[in-house]
Amino acid sequence: MGDQSKLMSLNLKIWRQPNSGSQGEMIDYKLDGISPDMSFLEMLDVLNEELVQEGKDSIAYDHDCREGICGMCSLMINGQAHGPEASTTTCQLHMRKFKDGDTIVIEPWRAKAFPVLKDLMVDRGSFDAIISAGGYVNCNTGNAPDGNAIPIPKESADLAMDAAACIGCGACVASCKNASAMLFVSAKISQLALLPQGKPEAQKRAESMVTKMDELGFGNCTNEAECEASCPKGIKIENIARMNREYLSSALKSK
Amino acid sequence: MFSKLFNHLNSSIIKKQTMGVAGLLLCGFITMHFLGNLLIFVGPEAFNLYAHTLTSNPLIYAAEAGLLAIFLVHIGVGVKLTIENNNARPQKYYMKQPTGRGANFSSSTMPYTGIIILIFVILHILGLKFGTYYETSYDGVKMRDLYKLVIEYFRQPSAVLGYVVAMLSLGIHLRHGFWSAFQSLGFNHPKYNNLLILISKAFAFIMAIGFSSLPIFCFYKGGN
Repeated sequence: MGDQSKLMSLNLKIWRQPNSGSQGEMIDYKLDGISPDMSFLEMLDVLNEELVQEGKDSIAYDHDCREGICGMCSLMINGQAHGPEASTTTCQLHMRKFKDGDTIVIEPWRAKAFPVLKDLMVDRGSFDAIISAGGYVNCNTGNAPDGNAIPIPKESADLAMDAAACIGCGACVASCKNASAMLFVSAKISQLALLPQGKPEAQKRAESMVTKMDELGFGNCTNEAECEASCPKGIKIENIARMNREYLSSALKSK
Repeated sequence: MFSKLFNHLNSSIIKKQTMGVAGLLLCGFITMHFLGNLLIFVGPEAFNLYAHTLTSNPLIYAAEAGLLAIFLVHIGVGVKLTIENNNARPQKYYMKQPTGRGANFSSSTMPYTGIIILIFVILHILGLKFGTYYETSYDGVKMRDLYKLVIEYFRQPSAVLGYVVAMLSLGIHLRHGFWSAFQSLGFNHPKYNNLLILISKAFAFIMAIGFSSLPIFCFYKGGN
């Protein structure tokens, strides 16, 4: 164990909701003995161990790799998606960013298209539905073509890679005052539209994915860039502009 | 037959773009309106002759109808988008904090500044366009003495204050709105972005301060 004198005591306000059909509420918890070197999720693990020992229901929250790359962790921490740090997922946020005695408010993502399943866990299946609607490149016959057969400018490859960094965590929707999914959808449209393999279907893809997004009840972008600011992967709203172009072009030309 | 077209027009992105195009057209209108209004500084004859030339052209009715249509589209789509945006998050957050790296005061108050501008426009038209009809003549041509009405109208401090508050709201609305229209239309380029944001800020500032200077000038001109 580290230096005992540095251990933190925290007041937590956490959203508890037994299941998707029930009413939830904010519950207060007091937690002692938290090391500043713990990650935010490890802090919640400590709380859950205590709850289990007391015979209470543990707090459900999503997590997987805990390395900041899988997109499973979420959490609205003190009113900010993935907490106060820029370009950081909740699992990579450390308790040293908080002070001893702090009150921390923890809530699930809130959006009509992200219904709460239990406590801090939401159903992000609507993102999968958007991908299924067109977020892919069709290869109808034969083997996958050799990726290096087509020359790709370094700049396009870099931009596509930047867009492809999206881990689909949903922080953009959570932080947007309109619960709009446009940063996510635009990143998925851009990563393919920027490459020659994705070009032929770019407009049709933009159209199907945007149509699905609208159908699912996400809000409309008001160009405030809170999504970009809270995105753990730094996805830029330039992608939203690209999506707007692709969609407009498709709307004008499609039959 | 029109269902495909309607679906496109009703999509989130085309609604945003419609809003943006209507907004940019309105920017064009207020620029011309502002330039015309500057003739108040020149004097009664210049201002009245300008107003007379403008309103005596038979095309004015078509232009006014077009302008009204643009206003209604901007307001109508704006209301629809705002309602949809509220519905997209039925359960609000217990605590929500801006990151400080995205939204600004202008961008987060668009519906409110919009409502202030709408109320202002209605009062403005009722008070001035449909205000008292004074008559004057220059070189034997009879025309409306709009200058007299404007000076009289802005003798009331409440009219001046209301105008200035509305114009500051307009500036705040334009600061985000002008840039935002370009983003919605798909224009976002690292090389030109900073310039576009600068133009957006400068346009907002010139409109807010420029328009506000007019009633203040009239207030003192009117003998206060």
